[in-house]
Amino acid sequence: MSAVISADPPSAGEARAGLTLALPALMLFTGVVVIPLAMTVMLSFHDWGQYKGIEPVFILKNWREIVEDPYYAEMFWRTFRVAALATLITAVFGVPEAYILNRMQGPWKGLFLLVIIGPLLISVVARTLGWALLFGGNNGLANKLLMTSGLIDSPVKFMFTETGMVVALAHAMMPFMVLAVWTALQRLDPQIENAALSLGAGSLTVMRRIVLPQIMPGVLSGAIIVFSLSASAFATPAIIGGRRLKVAATLAYDEFLNTLNWPLGAAVAVLLLIALILIVVGSNTLIERRYQEMFR
Amino acid sequence: MSRNGPLALIFHTLFVVFMVAPIVVVCWVAFTPDGFLSIPLTNFSLRWFRALANYPEFVHAFGVSLWLGALSSCIALLFAVPAALAISRYRFRGRDALSALFLSPLMIPHVVLGIAFLRFFTSVGIGGTFVALVIAHVVVVFPFALRLTLASATGMDRSVEMAAISLGADGWTMFRRVTLPAILPGIVSGWMLAFIQSFDDLTMTVFLATPGTETLPVRMFLYIQDNIDPLVTSVSASVIAITMTVLILLDRIYGLDRVLTAKGGDAGR
Repeated sequence: MSAVISADPPSAGEARAGLTLALPALMLFTGVVVIPLAMTVMLSFHDWGQYKGIEPVFILKNWREIVEDPYYAEMFWRTFRVAALATLITAVFGVPEAYILNRMQGPWKGLFLLVIIGPLLISVVARTLGWALLFGGNNGLANKLLMTSGLIDSPVKFMFTETGMVVALAHAMMPFMVLAVWTALQRLDPQIENAALSLGAGSLTVMRRIVLPQIMPGVLSGAIIVFSLSASAFATPAIIGGRRLKVAATLAYDEFLNTLNWPLGAAVAVLLLIALILIVVGSNTLIERRYQEMFR
Repeated sequence: MSRNGPLALIFHTLFVVFMVAPIVVVCWVAFTPDGFLSIPLTNFSLRWFRALANYPEFVHAFGVSLWLGALSSCIALLFAVPAALAISRYRFRGRDALSALFLSPLMIPHVVLGIAFLRFFTSVGIGGTFVALVIAHVVVVFPFALRLTLASATGMDRSVEMAAISLGADGWTMFRRVTLPAILPGIVSGWMLAFIQSFDDLTMTVFLATPGTETLPVRMFLYIQDNIDPLVTSVSASVIAITMTVLILLDRIYGLDRVLTAKGGDAGR
């Protein structure tokens, strides 16, 4: 680490050595990330016809179609609505769970952390299949459980609905939220909590005035991750949403592999990418500004 | 530190049930003796696991996934180890931009990457080949390989390297005998995490796979699109069992929370 910490300007030799080591990876990324992305942006301006295929011209046809046809507005609106709801659910349930997890003792903590964040690494197809099995039909297991517990009176339709998509997405994204909050909780000094308690604050007040404000950056960064991953999710909307209820990712897939209208599919994908970058960068800036003021 | 109250424990139990429910259901249904989807209560049977042998497309897809995961993780590390050393110990202009670029596959939606790769590989004439799949997977797993290698390279005590040099070792000997063993845990965990990511990827791969190069998740996804039957639950149960094994190994070697939180990425900045 000594070389990194020292304050003098980097020597020419150091810069050369660093760049040489990073060069292979840099070439790989330029070749197969930067160039293909640029080609995709170009593709979205090309023309396409059922019989003539892709024509490499520069026109705004696809973009105009996306802007003018309300089908796309509705589809993008659905994509972001589902993602926002899934994010809300992960925050409402993930934050308290991370807090509870953090207060557990010894081996339990590690075990449950494994149980909760482990699903992150289990095939998303297998997890979504699980939800499809739980949701299946009006007498699916999920409905039976909810009705016996008295939470609902009549069966909820989960399969091929946005409700089902939101539940399955929230499940798939939950580990990211728990992890983000968990990381923030690790930095918390328990002495501050104890001080508040000894000064007579109730546990709710401690939660609201001491814990929450400190882990808020973690919650928000978790929310950004969950939102952007949910908005671009493919497997869950495709399996739970079925063929009719399209979101951006499944629509782009259809245009590419079924309709074969690549330019239009590329336009949908590029728009999704731009929208996500704007939302993520925008909310990051807002959060940073807010917390800079707080800690000034 | 205070303990959790009874209400907290009830919440925790419900939460854990929610998290494991879909996974448990898949594994449970896989043991059904019936010819249709059902939750077996009294008899359990392995018939759907045995039935897998009669579906060569699943067996073949499994082979493709294993090869693809192993190969792309190894290649990703060949690029990631030098890049991690560069980022962790040398200062040069554009270093931050470089690490942002290397971590970018985490930020770019996989559907966009899949489309970009499909477009690119088709126009250079290797669309639908296994080579194209390997290249795409190398890029997608690269951030995971990089992050864990970076974490161990940053935490390494460099005076040992100085000692090796002063004792007359040349650069390569020093790397092989001192640096490499020191960062090995990061490399091994990076490989495993990269392997899981490659093994599980659906969204990007679904754009690139063709009937000969379908990976297991792609095969499963296309199968589910047509019908859901006990066969696909036994495939899923097998995949879950494999992933859990790797997961527990990873937890033992490195600690799962360390693997999944981006500590290495921060330390390099």
